[in-house]
Amino acid sequence: MATDILILGMLILAALAAVMTTRLLRCVIGLAVTSAMASVVLFRLDAPLAAVFELSVGAGLIPAIFLSVIGMTERLTPEAELARRREKLRIYWALPVIVVLVAVALAQVHLPGLPVPPAEAGETRTIMWNLRHLDLLGQILVLVGGAFGVVSLVKEFDR
Amino acid sequence: MTAFGIGAVLLMITGLYSLIGTRNLIRSVIGVVLLTKSATLLLVIAGHAARQTPLAQALVITVIIVEVVVVSVAVGIILRLYQHHQSVDAALIRNLKG
Repeated sequence: MATDILILGMLILAALAAVMTTRLLRCVIGLAVTSAMASVVLFRLDAPLAAVFELSVGAGLIPAIFLSVIGMTERLTPEAELARRREKLRIYWALPVIVVLVAVALAQVHLPGLPVPPAEAGETRTIMWNLRHLDLLGQILVLVGGAFGVVSLVKEFDR
Repeated sequence: MTAFGIGAVLLMITGLYSLIGTRNLIRSVIGVVLLTKSATLLLVIAGHAARQTPLAQALVITVIIVEVVVVSVAVGIILRLYQHHQSVDAALIRNLKG
């Protein structure tokens, strides 16, 4: 239990860092750490496939995409960065307070136990390939559509 | 409520606050990613509670793939907007005003 709370504390701190820091580079690093912590949580919940997927995509691919965008856009001037820092302090001071209050409130809630089915439905690969093969088709279509979308949106940016 | 459930809800609040509070389009996408991570965690927590972890893992893999495509297309749109307006500040992009 203590380990779980430590992992969750790091997860929430990394998410707060991703949201509240001024520099976009630090935001992306916070997001990558959040993904790494989320994958640890998934691993502790007996979902190793999802954890590996989350780690490789959430802490690898998505930060790389964000870093490439940050590299293509211009950095703020020091005056603009100072103004942005003041504005962020004005907007985000309440967020840690809200997070702590909600955590304390949710810790008091006791949900009634749900009826639990007797056995697991099967292995993940069996479910993916035999029961939910339409999901795979949808994933392929979404990936192809996304790739075409990105190519059409980005190709003129390089010129 | 389990500790992991509380963490997922807190992650959702953080993502929502980021989405509402910022005008920077890149930060908005970061907020969407945080919301997706929260949904991922809640799916696995529900699957674990119902002893249906394999089904939850299959759904989570689908969610992660959709998340990547959403981020990629959103980033492409942001780059195109930056090309036209030289800014990623939503308030400065007047063409988006209705």
